[in-house]
Amino acid sequence: MNRFSYARPSDVADAVREGRPGDVRYLAGGTNLVDLMKENVERPARIVDINRLPLHDIDDLPDGGLRLGALATNADTAWDKRVEERYPLLASAILAGASPQLRNAATNGGNLNQRTRCYYFYDTATPCNKREPGSGCGAIGGVNRIHAILGASAACIATHPSDMCVALAALDATVRVTGAQGERAIPIADYHRLPGAEPQWDNTLAPGELVTAIDLPNERFTEHYTYLKLRDRLSYAFALVSVAVAMRVEEGRITQARIALGGVAHKPWRVPNAESVLHGETPSQNAFLAAAHAITEGAHGHGENDFKVGLVRKAIVRALAQAAAGTPQSQTDKRVA
Amino acid sequence: MATTARIGIGSPLSRVDGIAKVTGQARYAAEHKPKDMLYGFIVSGAIAKGRITGIDDRKARGVPGVVEIVTHENRPRTAWLDRSHQDQLGPPGSTFRPLYDDKILFSGQPVALVLADTFEAARHAATLVNVAYEAEAHNTDFDKAVAERYMPSKKRDNYIAPKKRGDPEKALAKAPLKVESQFHLAVEHHNPMEMHATTIEWMDDGSITVHDKTQGSQNTQAYLSSAFGISASKIRVLNPYIGGGFGSGLRPQYHVYLAMLAATMMERSVRVVMTRQQMFTHVHRPAAEQRVTLGAEMDGRLTAIVNEATTSTSRYEDNMENVVTWGLMNYACPNASGDYAVAAMDTATSGDMRAPGAATGMTLFEMAIDEMAEAARLDPLAFRLLNYSEDDAMNGTPFTSKALREAFAEGAEAFGWAERKAEPRQMREGRELVGWGVATGMWDALFSKTSAGAKLSANGDLEVSSAGSDIGTGTYTVMTQIATDTLGLSPERITARLGDSDLPTSPVEGGSWGAASTGAAVQMACQSIAAKLLKAAGKVDGKPLGSAGIDDVEFVDGHIVSKTNPAASVSFTDAMRAAGLNSIEAEETATGGISGMISQMRKSRNTHSAIFAEVKVDEELGVVRVTRIVCAVAAGRIINPKTARSQILGGVVMGIGMALHEETMMDTKLGRFMNHNLAEYHVPANADIDAIDVIFVDEPDPEVTPLGVKGLGEIGIVGTAGAVANAIWHATGKRVRSLPITIDKLQD
Amino acid sequence: MDTATLDTPADTYAITIGLTINGQQRRLPVEPWTTLLDLLREQEGLTGTKKGCDHGQCGACTVLIDGKRVNSCLTLAVSRDGADVRTVEGLAEGDRLHPLQQAFIDHDAFQCGYCTPGQLCSAVGLLAEGKAKSRDEVREMMSGNICRCGAYTNITDAVLEVLGEGSVK
Repeated sequence: MNRFSYARPSDVADAVREGRPGDVRYLAGGTNLVDLMKENVERPARIVDINRLPLHDIDDLPDGGLRLGALATNADTAWDKRVEERYPLLASAILAGASPQLRNAATNGGNLNQRTRCYYFYDTATPCNKREPGSGCGAIGGVNRIHAILGASAACIATHPSDMCVALAALDATVRVTGAQGERAIPIADYHRLPGAEPQWDNTLAPGELVTAIDLPNERFTEHYTYLKLRDRLSYAFALVSVAVAMRVEEGRITQARIALGGVAHKPWRVPNAESVLHGETPSQNAFLAAAHAITEGAHGHGENDFKVGLVRKAIVRALAQAAAGTPQSQTDKRVA
Repeated sequence: MATTARIGIGSPLSRVDGIAKVTGQARYAAEHKPKDMLYGFIVSGAIAKGRITGIDDRKARGVPGVVEIVTHENRPRTAWLDRSHQDQLGPPGSTFRPLYDDKILFSGQPVALVLADTFEAARHAATLVNVAYEAEAHNTDFDKAVAERYMPSKKRDNYIAPKKRGDPEKALAKAPLKVESQFHLAVEHHNPMEMHATTIEWMDDGSITVHDKTQGSQNTQAYLSSAFGISASKIRVLNPYIGGGFGSGLRPQYHVYLAMLAATMMERSVRVVMTRQQMFTHVHRPAAEQRVTLGAEMDGRLTAIVNEATTSTSRYEDNMENVVTWGLMNYACPNASGDYAVAAMDTATSGDMRAPGAATGMTLFEMAIDEMAEAARLDPLAFRLLNYSEDDAMNGTPFTSKALREAFAEGAEAFGWAERKAEPRQMREGRELVGWGVATGMWDALFSKTSAGAKLSANGDLEVSSAGSDIGTGTYTVMTQIATDTLGLSPERITARLGDSDLPTSPVEGGSWGAASTGAAVQMACQSIAAKLLKAAGKVDGKPLGSAGIDDVEFVDGHIVSKTNPAASVSFTDAMRAAGLNSIEAEETATGGISGMISQMRKSRNTHSAIFAEVKVDEELGVVRVTRIVCAVAAGRIINPKTARSQILGGVVMGIGMALHEETMMDTKLGRFMNHNLAEYHVPANADIDAIDVIFVDEPDPEVTPLGVKGLGEIGIVGTAGAVANAIWHATGKRVRSLPITIDKLQD
Repeated sequence: MDTATLDTPADTYAITIGLTINGQQRRLPVEPWTTLLDLLREQEGLTGTKKGCDHGQCGACTVLIDGKRVNSCLTLAVSRDGADVRTVEGLAEGDRLHPLQQAFIDHDAFQCGYCTPGQLCSAVGLLAEGKAKSRDEVREMMSGNICRCGAYTNITDAVLEVLGEGSVK
């Protein structure tokens, strides 16, 4: 970990001033940033410790939605009564990720901004366009069983590792940010980006912009939802593939179905047009399979991760079945519902 | 010598080092901080093969707190001869010497050591050391290496060549049933929870105390003495607590060498700790390929076994394992042969990891046995019993004991094996297919010459000691129990000491010989104390014990008591006072005796186990859960059922890891292991481990070792992954012949 | 603006923070790149808290910060100025072991002992959370603590025993 200067502002305006563009990183829970600094992947000249900012609360919004403070921890969010009752999908996805002690430190803002787990990104002795633009992609033609099958580029096949963000994508959350140019709201679908030719950018934040909150709209999916995560061991592992489903079923027919995928792309993967193939359908294996294919159209592997293409489709089908039946996946009973 | 002590051999005494471990008082190698200590941080190399063309450390030296940067260019001189760098357990070859010259032998090889006043300064500066390389073509692709497999001209000391019997080729040609399968095991890294570390205390008088994470204090002492040309009498190695070993601490790893190099260069105390990432740049379980060909009669009787295997090693040392002998020893079959070779790659040398050879070779062989059972349309347990060998079938020698039949029976009963459906895919619960599998485990019952000391103080406190190690195996507790048993003192009065090269000679802790060997030595030392006590008791006025000999008395609660007249007794304190003794000391060496050595040649000594596994596999998704394991073990006498059970649990858990999780993945282009961290190298987590039932079957064996103990550290892992793989077949109908069985291998 | 700032990284001075460690209030100079784990082990001599990976992947470094279990290896000490920290050394009251410590001994819930302090602090945190009740829940919520010796079933038994006693009371 390099030496850096350190500031600990106590309000957002000061933080944004401190976070002026340059080699600055905001420090919240530290569970990802400190890890990457120890790996010499992140080498900020300045750390702005934002833990004293008043962004720890979870508040009701006037329209019935919920505002999750950027500094509320993942654990406090998952176990917040309102989140449990109104957004059980989000609670479930958070509890599927990391470990209890990591969730106690990791924050909501930090979860949005966590970086890929690609082996090459983490290992400074190897090429990686995300870490060092222009150095090449080690994972293409290398060890890539955990890598992307959708939306990848010739420059990068890394995935976004979050579970929480997959649920946020399904819930159509909005990310609130503040920067030198003032505040703005970014729909979650536009927050993360695909790697393209510039994989060094994970998201659409402008330099120095600070996440202040995540807004959940007043559109709750409390009966028909699930978060299904498949991984290499039954807990404390990143997703190989994961599926968040938020569904509405009226009189036996699906009136709305949102499907977001984790572990398969540089961002939580959603294809709203493809979801619409389910609208008006009665829940059935065939309908689910059609949706699974539509959402993963164009998916292809890079060798070791070829299996993900079939696996994610099966996972989508199962997750849709879980959601339709109102039997969401438990995160403690490891039998897949 | 009889005893009436209640907490002796066979009782479930809680670990005597328990309080130290649950309160954080137990200090491990990196938890000593001598005055003026420097922190060493290792710089790891980036390429797999070639040479260093230049090192620019100017920026690194500019970091405040950095004191020195050691490289091959400025290191102090060490011993020149290859053999001076060899340790007790090194395989044939040319031992790797850290920072010796500009040659790069494997990716991640240490290329510099930064020394600084603080850990943080050393860590930061290490990232600023700029190393330029000239790369040469490498090969780290095991499949390619296998094509050039070879038998080393010089064999490793403990290598056992497979013995051929009958004519397996002819038998195979005639066999009505034939199964031929090829299996693969991925490279695994030990990953003990404590990272390898050394703290060297540089004493004012020029002597050196080395706190090292090693499984053998005296091996490290001898190695450092030889490599650095320093008298062993000046080097004391301490390792009273070791945060797991599993074989990674058998040989001195490069951290201890680097610490010593820096300490001698700076004449200062130094600590070097590997990072978790660096834990993937040294010893590992070799990759393995095993081809098993079996022939049988229609009724399932085996007529031919051909067992061939290759394991990986480095270019500079030939690490060999006994992979193919187990299958040949365990099954009655008139025609059998084995073939083994190694394949060299540009990696660090592979080495012993929990049950080396057997965990690989027996496990994979048991997967082949399952396939033959299927071909013969026999229940896999019935198949194993049909081909059961009472004797060591390879060597033609009887076992000192083999209660495997009992282990099968008791294990099957506890598991409910009789309810198993013969065909695969016949048992299910909801969306999950249920599978039951069985496998056999086998390991050596080893004994290793070991010395122990005992010292009885006038107040009745006893200290027993040996230079061996307790790597979590429970050796401290076992020593205490044996001393209790022999001298009739309560455990609270006994202190067991280990992990100090100054203590009586002991081999490296590994191979499951610790309890049998250290235990025997402790018993002999205590018996010697007992004899001296009885002699001293003769000096007590009135001679309450008369002319009683050692067989006429027992030792109870700090007293020598006559067996025939319990009223006649002498306290230890009175005896010692009468004899004018402040303490009684003894040191004894357990060798197994001459009769033991003769019988060693005529009889085979092994532990056996029967493992039953239940898996539940999501039919569509391929998610596997190991829901139940029963491991029935025949391992002679059990000194402490509580810690013994834990040894088996640990082996089983690592076996589940072998079955489902553990794999170090190689980028063959870069020649580098890529998932070098605990987030991406998966070992089982708590959620992965469900019910495990451990059974110790009765197996009295006075012949195998002096105490009748066979050892338990390895047997729990052997075969376990085979039972799980066989259960996955039974659930799914799919034979996955490559471990670990990750979810991708169960997709259609 | 808070007073805790360090304006140039070349500065060798440290920032003084306040921490309550196992009930003792301490004023400690720390460099901002020092983790809580390294502060405890190197500066405070509290080596009970273990370094098993230094990257949040094993849980050996788990301590309780303001009563919640956290990986101290990924926590910069300076960012926890004012916090209450409890380590394994602070679990027992004098010679009286914490019920979890006793249960770990009774159930042989460790072998080498290296993951044990983290397991214990994690289990103390788990009890305080009050979310885990069943065996499956304990297994899942103790999964942030890797035990390479494979003592999981005994760890789970030990935690369940203390959990059961708690609910009886």
